[in-house]
Amino acid sequence: MENREKKVLVIGVIGADVHAVGNKILYHAFTEAGFEVVNLGVMVSQEEYIAAAIESNADAIVVSSLYGQGELDCRGLREKCDEAGLKGIPLVVGGNIVIGKQKFEDVEKRFHDMGFDRAFPPGTSPETTIEALRELLHMEG
Amino acid sequence: MKPILLIDFGSTYTKVTAVDVEAEVILGTAQSFTTIQTDINDGLNGALKLLEAKTGHLQYEKCYACSSAAGGLRMVTSGLVPELTSEAAKLASLGAGAKVVGLYSFQLTEDDLQNIQALKPDIFLLVGGTDGGNTECILHNARMLATLPPKFPIIIAGNRTAARECARILKDHPVHVCPNVMPKFGVLNIEPTQQKIRQIFLDRIVQAKGLSKATALLDDILMPTPSAVLQAMELLSKGTEEESGIGDLVAVDVGGATTDVYSMADGMPQGMNTVYKGIPEPFAKRTVEGDIGMRYSIRGIVEAAGIRRIASMAGLSEDRAEELVTYLSQNTDRVPDGDSELTALDYALASCAVETAVARHAGTMEETYTLMGLTYVQSGKNLTHVKQIIVTGGSLIHTENTEKIARHAQYSPAQPASLRPKAADVWVDRTYILAAMGLLSAHYPNVALRIMKKELEKHGYSE
Repeated sequence: MENREKKVLVIGVIGADVHAVGNKILYHAFTEAGFEVVNLGVMVSQEEYIAAAIESNADAIVVSSLYGQGELDCRGLREKCDEAGLKGIPLVVGGNIVIGKQKFEDVEKRFHDMGFDRAFPPGTSPETTIEALRELLHMEG
Repeated sequence: MKPILLIDFGSTYTKVTAVDVEAEVILGTAQSFTTIQTDINDGLNGALKLLEAKTGHLQYEKCYACSSAAGGLRMVTSGLVPELTSEAAKLASLGAGAKVVGLYSFQLTEDDLQNIQALKPDIFLLVGGTDGGNTECILHNARMLATLPPKFPIIIAGNRTAARECARILKDHPVHVCPNVMPKFGVLNIEPTQQKIRQIFLDRIVQAKGLSKATALLDDILMPTPSAVLQAMELLSKGTEEESGIGDLVAVDVGGATTDVYSMADGMPQGMNTVYKGIPEPFAKRTVEGDIGMRYSIRGIVEAAGIRRIASMAGLSEDRAEELVTYLSQNTDRVPDGDSELTALDYALASCAVETAVARHAGTMEETYTLMGLTYVQSGKNLTHVKQIIVTGGSLIHTENTEKIARHAQYSPAQPASLRPKAADVWVDRTYILAAMGLLSAHYPNVALRIMKKELEKHGYSE
């Protein structure tokens, strides 16, 4: 977009999840990495991500979930984005996104099928996510 | 003695208040019908004559006025997302004393344009997008508005990236560019736009509405009446350096057509385990319920509260209540005047009007169980701690039930999620001085504050 060098990310912790620490860390890490970050905090609904992404003309939505219910919470987000005119906006998810011990390849595939561009397992460092975002958003360096 | 004249050109009545700013007393008040169709001075002179009968002849040192005559300050707004920039536009307009007659979100359509033309706004407020955010919507809407004849000024207060281009697109219209009402997500910056609204009101609307004929008499400040009331409430709440205010408050003005609610309170979450959702609301917040009023909007009260509840509160049968509601909607100048049925019905209607309007104004709190335990999700202002309620309007003044009606502004176990004041003193403005004191406050804040504290009548305590 013209007049704007920084890429805009909308971030937040989805659903009835109040884990605020990781959210703060991601906010600082993304800001430090040169992104403009709209942080919705905790207990964010799908509609809030979408409303914020529309107003801020966001380049990507980054969803966190730590309480195991992420898969349920994330279902339908891609379809709602399509409906709201955010066609093709990159969706990224990470954290403890499912319950129990599951092979992450399977989990990743399920999130891909739900329309997420990237899914990250527990313990992913912010740097990994930043790198993935740069790649998704075709950024130099 | 230093007499000052304060005038409120209302939609129905022109109200005049004479104040002695040296003795800090109200010398007298009077009212007469507003005469906007012919010459606004006719109504004013009528009111002044009545006032002079009470006070004797006075040589006024200054004269200030506010107005809601000729439909008040009618505004139409358009924003992007309903809960975000559209809401910011609405808060900005209402807080500037306007009547929001049309509220649009997302891209304007051809049908919307037709409606906007029919609404004949005095000012159009065009917003959308945070700074550096979405430009598509506001540019589209500017292009759409550009096709309309340039009949009203347009304030552009959206994404700053698009502001200049919007102004170019609308070059044939009178446009004013202001800072974005929502520069960042969740941050409001509505004061510059509100100042611009008041300035346009002064420069153009006063002329257009035939009020300028009266301005020969006036020294200063012509502002929309709700704006004057808002200033009075803010002063009463915050106080001045010299004189303390009464603290956080909620004020309700139940009219015949609308009900206005003002709150002066921060209202942000108090508990650690409370998550706030939605845009933060301004300390001085005004809302107007266009469907809640004692006569013209009597149907709205019935729709909100239900005829069954109104009938039972009034001690009437449902059929009889329905019959009387229909009668009052057709005889809008009918007051109870001792009629026991109408007195009872007006009590029920006014109570439900207060309850509905304050519930819509106040925020809500929902309980959610998370893995971390019970968590609260708050949206809108938390007014539970507010200790002062101020009421005005015919149905609250001309009744013995003022306090009982006003108590409906408070928290109710029946609606536990609604964040209304839990325990509060009730004050009543019996002589409609709030707008006048708002006007006076611009030059004599201490006097205005002390007069309000003296004149507002305490009408019941709780706790």
